[in-house]
Amino acid sequence: MTNSTQELHLQSLSELASTLHSKKASAVEVAQHFLKRIQADKTGAFLDVNAESTLAQARSSDARLTTGTGGCLEGVPIAHKDVFVTRDFVTTAGSKILTNYRSPFDATVVQKLAHGVNSQSGAGMVTLGKLNCDEFAMGSGNENSAFHPVRNPWDATRVPGGSSGGSAAAVAARLTPAATGTDTGGSIRQPASFCGITGIKPTYGRASRYGMIAYASSLDQAGPMARSAEDCALLLSAMCGPDLDRDSTSLDVATENFSAKLTQSVKGLCIGIPKEFFGEGLATDVRIAIDAALKILETQGAQLVPISLPRTELSIPVYYIIAPAEASSNLSRFDGVKFGHRAKDYTDLVSMYKQTRAEGFGEEVKRRIMTGAYVLSHGYYDAYYLQAQKIRRMIADDFQQAFTQCDVIAGPVAPSVAWTLGHNASDPLADYLADIFTLPASLAGLPGMSVPVGFGDAHMPVGMQLIGNYLQEATLLNVAHQFQLATDFHMQSPQRGAAL
Amino acid sequence: MSKLVQGYEVVIGFETHTQLSTQSKIFSRASTAFGAEPNTQACAVDLALPGTLPVMNVGAVERAIEFGLAVNAHIAERSVFARKNYFYPDLPKGYQISQFEIPVVQGGEVSFFFEEGKETVRKTVRLVRAHLEEDAGKSLHEDFVGQSGIDLNRAGTPLLEIVTEPDMRSSDEAVAYAKELHKIVTWIGICDGNMQEGSFRCDANVSVRKPGAELGTRREIKNLNSFKFMQQAIDYEVRWQIEQIEDGHAIQQATVLFDPDTGETRAMRTKEDAADYRYFPDPDLPPLCVARDWVERVKCEMAELPRVMAERFVTQYKLPEYDATTLTQSKAMAAYFETAAQVCEQPKLASNWVMGEVSRRLNTNDGGFDTIPVSATQLGALIARIHDNTISNNAAKDVFDALWNDAATSSTDKAAALQQVDAVIDAKGLKQMNDSGALEAIIDEVLAANPDNVTQYRAGKDKAFNALVGQAMKASKGKANPAQVNEMLKKKLS
Amino acid sequence: MSLTTLDIQRIANLARLALQPAEEARMLDKINDFFGIVEQISAVDTTGVVPMAHPVDAMRNSPEMALRLRADTVSEPNQREANQQSAPAVENGLFLVPKVIE
Repeated sequence: MTNSTQELHLQSLSELASTLHSKKASAVEVAQHFLKRIQADKTGAFLDVNAESTLAQARSSDARLTTGTGGCLEGVPIAHKDVFVTRDFVTTAGSKILTNYRSPFDATVVQKLAHGVNSQSGAGMVTLGKLNCDEFAMGSGNENSAFHPVRNPWDATRVPGGSSGGSAAAVAARLTPAATGTDTGGSIRQPASFCGITGIKPTYGRASRYGMIAYASSLDQAGPMARSAEDCALLLSAMCGPDLDRDSTSLDVATENFSAKLTQSVKGLCIGIPKEFFGEGLATDVRIAIDAALKILETQGAQLVPISLPRTELSIPVYYIIAPAEASSNLSRFDGVKFGHRAKDYTDLVSMYKQTRAEGFGEEVKRRIMTGAYVLSHGYYDAYYLQAQKIRRMIADDFQQAFTQCDVIAGPVAPSVAWTLGHNASDPLADYLADIFTLPASLAGLPGMSVPVGFGDAHMPVGMQLIGNYLQEATLLNVAHQFQLATDFHMQSPQRGAAL
Repeated sequence: MSKLVQGYEVVIGFETHTQLSTQSKIFSRASTAFGAEPNTQACAVDLALPGTLPVMNVGAVERAIEFGLAVNAHIAERSVFARKNYFYPDLPKGYQISQFEIPVVQGGEVSFFFEEGKETVRKTVRLVRAHLEEDAGKSLHEDFVGQSGIDLNRAGTPLLEIVTEPDMRSSDEAVAYAKELHKIVTWIGICDGNMQEGSFRCDANVSVRKPGAELGTRREIKNLNSFKFMQQAIDYEVRWQIEQIEDGHAIQQATVLFDPDTGETRAMRTKEDAADYRYFPDPDLPPLCVARDWVERVKCEMAELPRVMAERFVTQYKLPEYDATTLTQSKAMAAYFETAAQVCEQPKLASNWVMGEVSRRLNTNDGGFDTIPVSATQLGALIARIHDNTISNNAAKDVFDALWNDAATSSTDKAAALQQVDAVIDAKGLKQMNDSGALEAIIDEVLAANPDNVTQYRAGKDKAFNALVGQAMKASKGKANPAQVNEMLKKKLS
Repeated sequence: MSLTTLDIQRIANLARLALQPAEEARMLDKINDFFGIVEQISAVDTTGVVPMAHPVDAMRNSPEMALRLRADTVSEPNQREANQQSAPAVENGLFLVPKVIE
């Protein structure tokens, strides 16, 4: 791999780390390189960019690199999905209701990737800015951002996926070597698939949710999005870990060095293929790419086993009851009293609330707040919310049943490649239905990954999903890595493909 | 038998919010100290800043367990936190974290005595539950025109909400319950009981009905933070409801506030849909598990509960129940009594003194049993001297007076205390005359000087006897032992 | 189960959202479509199934996740200024809102 400064944006995370350690480039130079690219960017991936803050961080990194006191990724750039609160940058969650919001604290995940938490040191990464996303992480195409949509770097007329659309586009367009995303119903996996990059949602509770603006508390998880499984492994190790003092849902599970676990062959690995993921709804071009990828894994020694996840389709109504219910409550704090937008015209307290929230929230967010409030309301709770939570457990049990027959589960991430901007504008339900393959793992809290496996119609990227049992992120990363050793889909970028 | 008002039976249930005496808040590490500058004790979690999450304070749980043990309730091994959703400026998250379907404390009861007319009645109020939740902030209206100022220092203070069955039948009963509950929570140390500061707030659910009829519609009087107001508010509300019904109006369920200036209750602005709180288990908080052995540990470490101590006073000291309950009003009073009783070995006398003379003094001097100038040992010594006939009861009051006003520190050592008491007796010359010879001489003199009384007494007039006793006491300058005088006179006159 | 405009108005009020009539109509339409898909859950027999409020519940070999309890210590200093830096209206440290009428 080349090391010259012109191609800093083509380097992997470990390559950048070594470039910086060996002083071939300084953290400031590296940051400036990416900031320049961001300035020329047309995807709309970034929301807040603040060169001063970035360069100040880079200078600190350079100081640490000189004294040898840096973290494992000291000076390497990262960008954060705008649902992670940051002190040095504005945080909006893609919403007008948080216009110009400055958090007095950093999210735990941000701290872990930068300068650490309490006595634990961080990775030392430098923040390039905040990444665009669907408003409050609600959406599958980043078209619900209150500010502007994001364009897929592979085809500017298409969506990058969502809700971590900005993160996926930024990595694909090499505006940042890696990014953080969040996944509630597929929001890391699906945009990774649509943009041809690698992303992983760990087991629920593996990464701290402190400082991650909540959408659906029992589903939200932070995860890395990067060019390769190798890079994702590095980041995931840095991001994960117990946050017992601040997040009551954080798992008390030791941090893991995922990078050290990428050396196992897939020979004898049993891969479960759920028949429900390969039905009529799956587009042919996607099916062909996934089948080809599975063939490669077979030649590497893996065994494919047919399995069933019978309640796959039910995961749609179940998710779209639970997530909006939790969201309707989580978003009540946006009331114009303590922070964020407040309407200018109102007559009294109640009208202040109503106007503020009407002006501050976009239509999809309002819709989910409404359905969420409805399914929790008196008389409907049992039939909707409670029933959904019960089916949720059944879905989780279905996975456990499947895992008695296989080690990992593989299939598509989405039923099609990225659609064109505005395509689903009048039909939000179509977006919901397209989540069918990612929702089940979210509901069960299982780790799930997206790996680029080729291209479909219009030369748009296709991602393959890998789902593992609880705490089996190492297995997923390893399978992905083995696949990436034998292929180069993950190395391709729009610059070499379609022009931007 | 409940006492009827204008022919109606009054039905009252209470919900009491007690602020738990933890250092930090229930879900954050900000301080709970009272009186800080606005919003200086409201951290990011308390302000519901985006991305913040709750983390549970063990001190709040421990206090809930202590309460559950104190009222003989069931402590749930598994209880769940739920979100109560509504919008209000003092509620930063737009929901309150509380407990709904499965509270940590279930059942329980509170027993107490209260005066119903001339009778002392023993009453037990059943508890439905007690659950943990967070307090809201405060709205200040005075300094702002058309606006309110919100202080979130109080937001997140741990509360234990204690709910009763509608077992009370009069405002007297309700106030007696509230006082007993107040005593329990302060005794076991889970709440400082400071009602002016809002540590102990009661909501009274009040309804009326004709005896035998179904429960009437209730109205809830919120935020009663003084016993006096509780009494006034309930009395007014009862009269108001009865008047409404008599005028042919149905009672609408409502939340009302008591106005101490007017003495009236008035319905709050109706919050439509206020009842639809859309409760659901809080996904940020896994279920609270309280293992049996934790409960046992707390039980062992808890000070003797007032009810248990009262029962012990009855069996150990043979005190009447009323005495035992009165003496266990506070830990300090009970300890004071017990020390005095052990010193003089006359528990009933000690009880009389503590409930009587000593309490009277404390009320006028606005002090407490822990800062009293006469030590329990000294009181015990004093009572010992009454019992061994060194001084009369009346004389003892003088001695007590002197000890109270004496600036010198009072002793907690029995021998030294006896010395101090004896010193005062001698200085004031209060020693009772016990010499029967000298007494006999005085009595003979009195009898000789009052022949008419003697005749009248022999004729059956008891008043004449008392007059002779009076004369004898006077002649002895109050030092004679009245019992002895009585005995001797009777003998001589028989 | 079909919602009416009255339902929309009631929920919008509960959720403190001001909706214009056109928005109300759109919302009603889309939400009814949505409930069209959701109805299928009523056909599922969930007798005896314990609802799953926390995903960790399903992790094999781990006891039900219990709420972690932290020590009762104060460690949050006064950070009023930083915490109020994004507040819409503040005076003398208090958050200002339209008068709260009780």
